[in-house]
Amino acid sequence: MKINGVQKQCPDNLTVSAMLEQEGYAREGVAVELNMEIVTKDAYDTTVLQENDVIEVVKFMGGG
Amino acid sequence: MEQDVFMLGGQEFSSRFILGSGKYNVELIEAAVQQAGAEIITLAVRRANSAGEGNILDYIPQGVTLLPNTSGARDAQEAVRIARLSRELGCGNFVKVEIMRDSKYLLPDNAETVRATEILAKEGFVVLPYMYPDLNTARDLVNAGAAAVMPLAAPIGSNKGLATREFIQILIDEIDLPIIVDAGIGRPSQACEVMEMGAAAVMANTAIATAGNIPQMALAFKEAIVAGRAAYLSGLGRVREKGGEASSPLTGFLRD
Repeated sequence: MKINGVQKQCPDNLTVSAMLEQEGYAREGVAVELNMEIVTKDAYDTTVLQENDVIEVVKFMGGG
Repeated sequence: MEQDVFMLGGQEFSSRFILGSGKYNVELIEAAVQQAGAEIITLAVRRANSAGEGNILDYIPQGVTLLPNTSGARDAQEAVRIARLSRELGCGNFVKVEIMRDSKYLLPDNAETVRATEILAKEGFVVLPYMYPDLNTARDLVNAGAAAVMPLAAPIGSNKGLATREFIQILIDEIDLPIIVDAGIGRPSQACEVMEMGAAAVMANTAIATAGNIPQMALAFKEAIVAGRAAYLSGLGRVREKGGEASSPLTGFLRD
């Protein structure tokens, strides 16, 4: 799978929640996109990632 | 004087200064917001680093409306994607649509901007599209459901001032939505001038971020915007094309 453009190993049964924890992302203050679709926070525990998934984890930054 | 309320996306604002949060230390945001009296602040959406970095939202005072932008988007589809992510970040439904294909002058793509505005307005966003000041595009944005129109004064980050002055005036005169002048304004006097022209609000970032004293420049912009607005509401005095006209009575003093 690819997280923010970086290729990663995808262990079996890795949920979005577990992925965030494993990668060191704070759950609050981020939004997650899986294969171009948003994963809502209430689905983090039930959404299981697959080998070819493309994941984006985004947050707010300073901008004009 | 009657209270002058700025309505945007169904919300009431008293400040007409939209402040950017880019290019300066997040620790200065609170002071800048306070000095600016800003009630709306723009943000960008970017990939998170996993290195436990701080959250910019911790530095933004409570009660300030967040206006995420879609910077980085090169077409309508990317802008829509970024806008949806920004809404998922849980800070309201305002979005500044910003779509650029040109990386030298950072000029917005008006056609893609209209397309994105239409999609996002239908999804319930309060859409503030950043655009090159063109009357036909502005009319298309009205029809697409924009909540305001944000014409550029000069290229983003240039501090060059009102390069598009005449065309912004056309939008102010012809478009029945708030005109928020965004990008390129470099000095308080320029912010004041667009407010005198009848702009509804001014957005500034680089002018503040690159100033010697950021909170003080935020204050200078605030006061310029307030002054320009008051001048607009007053109705500017007329210009006499030729000759002068005494301001003091000319009747018989020391002379027959």
